[in-house]
Amino acid sequence: MRAGAIHYFAYPITPQTEVAEYLARRMPEVGGVFLQAESEVAASNMIFGAASAGVRVFTTSSSPGISLMSEAMSYIAAAELPAVFVNIVRNGPGLGGILPSQGDYFQATRGGGHGDYRLLVLAPSSVQETVEHVMLAFDLADKYRNPVMVLGDGLIGQMMEPVDFSSVPTPHPPDKSSWATTGCKSRKPYLIKTLFLDPQQSEEHNRKLAAKYDEMRKHEVRFEKYNIDNDCKVVIVAFGTAARVCKTAVDELKRNGLRVGLFRPISLFPFPYEPLHEISETGTVHALLVVEMNTGQMIDDVRLAVADRKPIAFYGRQGGMVPSPEEVLGEIHQLI
Amino acid sequence: MQIEVKFAGFGGQGILSAGKFLAEAGLHEGKEVVWIPSYGPEMRGGTAYCTVVVSDHAIGSPVINNPAHLIAMNRPSLEKFAPTVKPKGIIIVNCSLIPITSNRTDVTEVLVPCNQVAIELGNPKGANMVALGAYAACSKVVALDVLEAIVRHEFEKKPAFIDENIAALRRGAEIAVEKVESLR
Amino acid sequence: MASNLIFQCPDSMTDAITHYCPGCTHGIIHRLVAETLDELGLRERTVGVAPVGCSVLAYNYFNCDFLEAAHGRAPAFATGLKRARPDLIVFTYQGDGDLASIGTAEIIHAANRGEKFTTIFVNNAIYGMTGGQMAPTTLPGQVTTTSPFGRDVQTCGYPIRVRELLSALRTPAYIARVAVHTPRHVIEAKKAVRKAFQYQVQGRCFSLVEVLSTCPTNWGMTPIESTQWVQDNMVPYFPLGELKVPEEE
Repeated sequence: MRAGAIHYFAYPITPQTEVAEYLARRMPEVGGVFLQAESEVAASNMIFGAASAGVRVFTTSSSPGISLMSEAMSYIAAAELPAVFVNIVRNGPGLGGILPSQGDYFQATRGGGHGDYRLLVLAPSSVQETVEHVMLAFDLADKYRNPVMVLGDGLIGQMMEPVDFSSVPTPHPPDKSSWATTGCKSRKPYLIKTLFLDPQQSEEHNRKLAAKYDEMRKHEVRFEKYNIDNDCKVVIVAFGTAARVCKTAVDELKRNGLRVGLFRPISLFPFPYEPLHEISETGTVHALLVVEMNTGQMIDDVRLAVADRKPIAFYGRQGGMVPSPEEVLGEIHQLI
Repeated sequence: MQIEVKFAGFGGQGILSAGKFLAEAGLHEGKEVVWIPSYGPEMRGGTAYCTVVVSDHAIGSPVINNPAHLIAMNRPSLEKFAPTVKPKGIIIVNCSLIPITSNRTDVTEVLVPCNQVAIELGNPKGANMVALGAYAACSKVVALDVLEAIVRHEFEKKPAFIDENIAALRRGAEIAVEKVESLR
Repeated sequence: MASNLIFQCPDSMTDAITHYCPGCTHGIIHRLVAETLDELGLRERTVGVAPVGCSVLAYNYFNCDFLEAAHGRAPAFATGLKRARPDLIVFTYQGDGDLASIGTAEIIHAANRGEKFTTIFVNNAIYGMTGGQMAPTTLPGQVTTTSPFGRDVQTCGYPIRVRELLSALRTPAYIARVAVHTPRHVIEAKKAVRKAFQYQVQGRCFSLVEVLSTCPTNWGMTPIESTQWVQDNMVPYFPLGELKVPEEE
């Protein structure tokens, strides 16, 4: 709401229903729209409709709901409309459970819906960062006219932490009058569509989208380096909650005089390939350890970054289990 | 300096809100805090719990396998979590409902009859506040008067509950101080 | 010699030549909507929502802002749009596959919430764009490419009467069924379409006009035969008229 987003359409699903419950009370107070849709399919298409009208619009859901929303995400990306989707990931596949997981990495970074499109994906690792990412997501969605996903997990969705709102900048949504369908008074009618039966036109549209994704790759790479310096022996790569757990492990190793750093991708698309590649090329680094709450998804991107020049180990927990710092320490000791 | 505390008991014992009050008090004192509700495989087996971390520095892993302190409001919680408490830690045992102790010799174990005290104060639902007051006095993680301020704030819209909950906090703290002194 | 203008294209339509087959009545239905927008002075604040199906290209023929929804989701799409901008006039234009099959949930819930937009539901008892498959409104015994022995009600159930289905909802709405296979029916249809948009302008209720339409190509008939088929086969199963009107306030 601080981002100027007062249109919200959603369907309840654990572990993030608290958002809908809060907004159901709050939106009417600010003259906004809260609507509980009949399904995630409908909710996401309501997002599609409201985005067409040029308003800042968003939804929150969790893994199975996001699968149902993937249809609309593909359309919204194709129609080049701004919208924000928050996925508080729970363990899957299938109905899975309601516990934290990072099992939707592929779905978020590789599409989920049909066709050749990308979401901008931000992965916060604290409640503070979640707030900042949601604010940023609206700006990025408007800037690129593309859906943006904030990819959290059940732990981030359920825990409470202090948040400093004063550090969050006031948003300035851009003028959307050049495309928003708000009635054709004093102008030609606008059309928002995704059907291109002519293959040449369709290819042209695909290339236009691809050029936009290249711009994102150039300008929107975000990451954090933690305790990474020139004599690191092992670099841990982790995002979100897993990265936070690894920070505690890195602190413990530092106290024991062991040089281990953490590289935390913040934008999952675009993935920080180049910065990670540079770090992996540092002479002292003899191995990388990828820690995820899945069976190994981001590790594919780490491999692309490292290009097989250093060994990459993997430690993952699944099914809602969260790795502990002690477990990560155990893995590190095997590598050193 | 980082302290992790687990509040554990049955659902309905005010476990989550007691933890939240502690987290808010820590925040009020300018500390970093994290509050996590029972949200894990451990939720099966009759215990509901929350974990609160209070720290001077940024909090890394929010997942705590071995807390420094434990407040056990029922027997299954004590049996389940007492062995996980770090050495030199504190365990508050609600001896109104728990007829056993942890058998740990490397921790400070304080028996507080939380339900009985709450009933005596005419506030049978205030057992969680008795425990919280006792815990604050033993651990000194947060000051008692800050907790009282949080209670005033939280019950702003239900002022009838303010005095009785503050009384519960204070009584819990008094009992804990007596017990700790008698342990020395 | 002075000339009198007796017929013209509505402002709310473009000059584009439609892609519809000869004898298809989509063109007539488009025109009824466009005339209504003109008469009520709504064109400049109207946004249409196109479905997936033959009328997916409806946006080429309407001279107002237009959107193309995902298959069946037009009512959800229109909900988002209208809730975000209640000052707009929003209509969905949907066929029987789009509305009564893949989008059944969306239309029922939009109607039940009383969303203040208008749906033009074109029912021709068959899938046109994909080439003549069975629709939820295909008549008992009607042969289509996916009911080659005629629709068997034992395995496929009876055709869905959308007007009746939605009229069962308690939420106030305007719901009518019309046809356009004779001039007399076209005049009646126009009245219903106009009423539907008027209810929206007044912010009264959800409104839906089901229009019985033809598909000579996939029915395997001439245009004239197809209009007779509407009269003989569709009208008896899908009775015409208003079934639900909002109570007077």
